[in-house]
Amino acid sequence: MSKCRSCRAPAVIDLPRHNANFCAEHLEQLCRRQFRRAVDDFEMFTTEDRILVAVSGGKDSLALWDLLVTEGYDAVGLYIGLGIGRYSDESHLIVDAFARDRDLELITVDLRADHGFDVPTAARVTDRVPCSSCGLSKRHIFDTAARDGGFDVVVTGHNLDDEAAVLFGNALRWDVEYLRRQAPVLPARHGFPRKAKPLVRLTEREMAAWCVIRGIDYVVEECPMAIGNRHHMYKEALAVVEATSPGSTAAFYLGFLERMAPLIARGEDTDAPAPCRVCGSPSGAADGVCAFCRLADRAGAVEPVPVELVLGRGARRRYVEQWGASALMEGDGHGGS
Amino acid sequence: MALIVRLRQPRREVTVRGGRVAHRVLEDLGLAPAGHLIIRNGTLVPSDTMLDDDDVIEVRPVVSGG
Repeated sequence: MSKCRSCRAPAVIDLPRHNANFCAEHLEQLCRRQFRRAVDDFEMFTTEDRILVAVSGGKDSLALWDLLVTEGYDAVGLYIGLGIGRYSDESHLIVDAFARDRDLELITVDLRADHGFDVPTAARVTDRVPCSSCGLSKRHIFDTAARDGGFDVVVTGHNLDDEAAVLFGNALRWDVEYLRRQAPVLPARHGFPRKAKPLVRLTEREMAAWCVIRGIDYVVEECPMAIGNRHHMYKEALAVVEATSPGSTAAFYLGFLERMAPLIARGEDTDAPAPCRVCGSPSGAADGVCAFCRLADRAGAVEPVPVELVLGRGARRRYVEQWGASALMEGDGHGGS
Repeated sequence: MALIVRLRQPRREVTVRGGRVAHRVLEDLGLAPAGHLIIRNGTLVPSDTMLDDDDVIEVRPVVSGG
C-alpha cells in the first residue's frame, strides 16, 4: 500500500501532478498551503476584510467556505436559488445544513421569489444556453449583495481545472479581451466589488478529497443544465493531456498568469458606466437598463418553464436517472431554490 | 461474495470481481482513476489499494456541479 510522502503513514490519495501520495493530515496541509499562497501572492484579502463567499452546494464553494473560516477569515455565505428543479432543491438543503451545523451566517436570494424568474425560464425566453443567463444572474446578485451588505470582496470557488478550462476556451478563440480579464483577483471599480478566486492553485481532485476528509456533504451530481456544455468539453480535453503528462494543467494556467498575462495587460478604462435606471447597478447599456434587468423583464413576463422542458434529450435522460421520474413536470412548485 | 461498487452521476450499484487493485477495477468499469475518488467504509483510499470480494466502495467522480 502506498505511503504518505510527508510522514510515511498509509496514504489516502494519490496526486499524480505532485508525483506523490498523501495521508489525510498532509493532504489537508497541502490544500491549506496552496490556498494561503493564492491569497497572499495575488493579494486577494486579509483578515480585516468582510468576505462574501458564493456557495452553490458543490464541493468547491463549500470547501472554500470551510477553508476561509478555519483560516480565521470573516466570511458570510451567499446562496442563490436558481430554480433548476430537484438539483436546486438538493443544493439548498445542503448549503443550509452546512451553515447551520457550523453556526455560519448565510444570505439566501431566490431568483423566482425575489426577481420573478428562474434559470430554465430565462433559458427558454432568451433561446440561449442556460449557463449564459445563469452566469449573468449570479454575477448581478453577487455584486448587489456585496454592495448592499457592505462586503469588501466577493469570493468564488473556481478551482485550477475550472480556470484552465476557461483559459483553454479563450485561447482557442484568441479572445484577447476575455484573456485580459482572466485574473484570480479583480479590483473593485466603478461600483463593482473586488472579486477573488482563492482555489486557483487547487484541482477538482484535491477539492473533492478535501470534502471527504473534512466530512463535508456536497452535491455530487451534475447540474442538469450544464451537461455537455463547452466548459465540460474543455475540461475533458485537458484531462486527456493531464493523464499522460501530469502537471500540464497547472503549468498551462499558472504559466499564463506568470508569463502571458503581463504581456497582454493594459490600463483600466477610466469612464464609469452609467447606473441602470431600474436597479441602479453599474450598467453603461445604451438604453440605460442593465442586462440582468432586461432578462428579468423578459423572463418574468411568461409562465414558469419546468427544467425538463429546456433540457436536450441526453440531459433529460440523465436528469430522470438521477432524480427519478417524479422529478418531471413539477413546474415552479419545485423551482424554489 | 463480490465487490460492491456504488457509482454516482447517476446513483447506481454494480458488483464486480474483487481481489484486484482499485485502479484495475475502475479501468474495467471504463472510469479514469484520476477522475474519481475511491471511498471504502467512509475513508478515502488510493488507487493502488487491494480490494477484496467482501468490500463495498463508493466511486465518486471529482467533477460535479455546474
